[in-house]
Amino acid sequence: MQPVLEIERVNKTFYGEQGTTPVLQSVSLAVHEGDFTTIIGPSGCGKSTLLKIIAGLDLSYEGSVQLRGKRIERPTQEKGFIFQEHRLFPWMTVEQNIAADRSLRDPGVRKAVDELIELVKLGGFERAYPRQLSGGMAQRVAIARALLRQPEVLLLDEPFGALDAFTRGHMQEALLDIWQTNQTAMVLVTHDIDEAVFLSTRVVVMDARPGTIKAIVPIDLPYPRSRTSRAFTELRTLVLNRLDHRAELEQDVYSI
Amino acid sequence: MTVPLTAPKESILEAEQRVRRKDLSRRWRLFARGAALPILILAVWQTLSATGAISEQLFSSPWLILKQYAALTLSGELPHHLRISIVRASLGFLLGGSAGLIIGLLVGMYRRFEETVNPTVQMLRTVPLLAITPLFIMWFGFGELSKVLLISLGAFFPLYVNTFLGVRNVDAKLFDVARVLEFSRFRQMTKLVLPAALPNILLGIRLSLSIAWLCLVVAELLGADTGVGYMIQDARAFMQTDIVFVGITIFALVGKLSDSIVRYLENRLLRWQDSYKG
Repeated sequence: MQPVLEIERVNKTFYGEQGTTPVLQSVSLAVHEGDFTTIIGPSGCGKSTLLKIIAGLDLSYEGSVQLRGKRIERPTQEKGFIFQEHRLFPWMTVEQNIAADRSLRDPGVRKAVDELIELVKLGGFERAYPRQLSGGMAQRVAIARALLRQPEVLLLDEPFGALDAFTRGHMQEALLDIWQTNQTAMVLVTHDIDEAVFLSTRVVVMDARPGTIKAIVPIDLPYPRSRTSRAFTELRTLVLNRLDHRAELEQDVYSI
Repeated sequence: MTVPLTAPKESILEAEQRVRRKDLSRRWRLFARGAALPILILAVWQTLSATGAISEQLFSSPWLILKQYAALTLSGELPHHLRISIVRASLGFLLGGSAGLIIGLLVGMYRRFEETVNPTVQMLRTVPLLAITPLFIMWFGFGELSKVLLISLGAFFPLYVNTFLGVRNVDAKLFDVARVLEFSRFRQMTKLVLPAALPNILLGIRLSLSIAWLCLVVAELLGADTGVGYMIQDARAFMQTDIVFVGITIFALVGKLSDSIVRYLENRLLRWQDSYKG
């Protein structure tokens, strides 16, 4: 089966005043339909840069990035992008934000927007402005806005990083819900191991300076996952070990 | 003892009414506080001129002005002059304001446009309008054209400067969103740039309107045979102080009214803003 997204030997170098810094080195990755891929790594490993390249927001790289066999040349609606902050238009209501440049008077758009509001559980807030929403609600509107464009892949750049732990848990469950309903391929960048193991079908572990893929850990646990189960904690430890070799020495601490 | 979890319906209604009454009385008190000083001044003025402490000829009195208002309205003179003044000011404002808005948007959106146009505009902006007035009269005569053009020149700058500023204040991160969602150039303008710059644009409109009024008076005082400014000038020649006051207050009233309309628009259109309300 042809992958939705195919990244092959991508190199990216940052040319600064203090010479050149390699950001990504020979990164290859394929994302298939229905995959939930999480990219995890220390800060400076280029995981956000990789996501921007996939989105078409960053075009200065070597190598090949293809969506359904076509080279990515600019941002398109086929690649939904969720930023770390919700980035809603403050002058639009929830439903206007989801529709954005489309007209709510179009019955097709209206219906799709209503369904998405249902999906992200924001019924009753259609006419609310972003300032009236909590961080989690606003991020759900941003997800609905991306989903309205029926993307082939949804790219999420640390989308829950700014939320409190309680809301984050809820948002992770909401995202799984959306993924299971829509079957949209997801690529999520995070620095939270727990989040990675809880959500994804596989975890891509990256290393910094230069950014390379160090390991790919498949997560074969059935959904919904329990964070306290033995299998879960073992996989978390495994990811942690791949992330940082020093951690192996302290394995006992993490495998409780 | 059991405590009811919800208050009985009647008491909620009563409470709402109480709150509304309180709100109303608060508004009255606010109004009274704001009106106290003007009323005091008017009362003192009336007393002084009624007792002959100041010359009625030179300083008039509130009562005389009110009588003159009625007389001028009944004779149709005031509505006639006022209508002409309003048409001049609106034409000038529309012409200059829309030019300011459009050029401000272009300068804000395109760097090259800014580099070509902005230095010239900023230079022209520093020239006092009154210094240009003789030129306008020489070029366009004493007719309507020179008046409308003078007003539009005055109305141009505030809208230009504030629109430009508004566009430059748009959150750059939202442009990324517009790219990801593939907004067309037109949608980027109508859905992103214009709404984001709207607070500044509305401020520009308010400032432009007040400058339009200012220029109107200048144009009408310098040479005109109709309009409120002419009415004032004419009355001055005959020492009719009450008519001068009628002209001044009518300018103040219409100016305040147009400002209130824009403030109302601000309140309606900027509901989404999350800013300090004082």
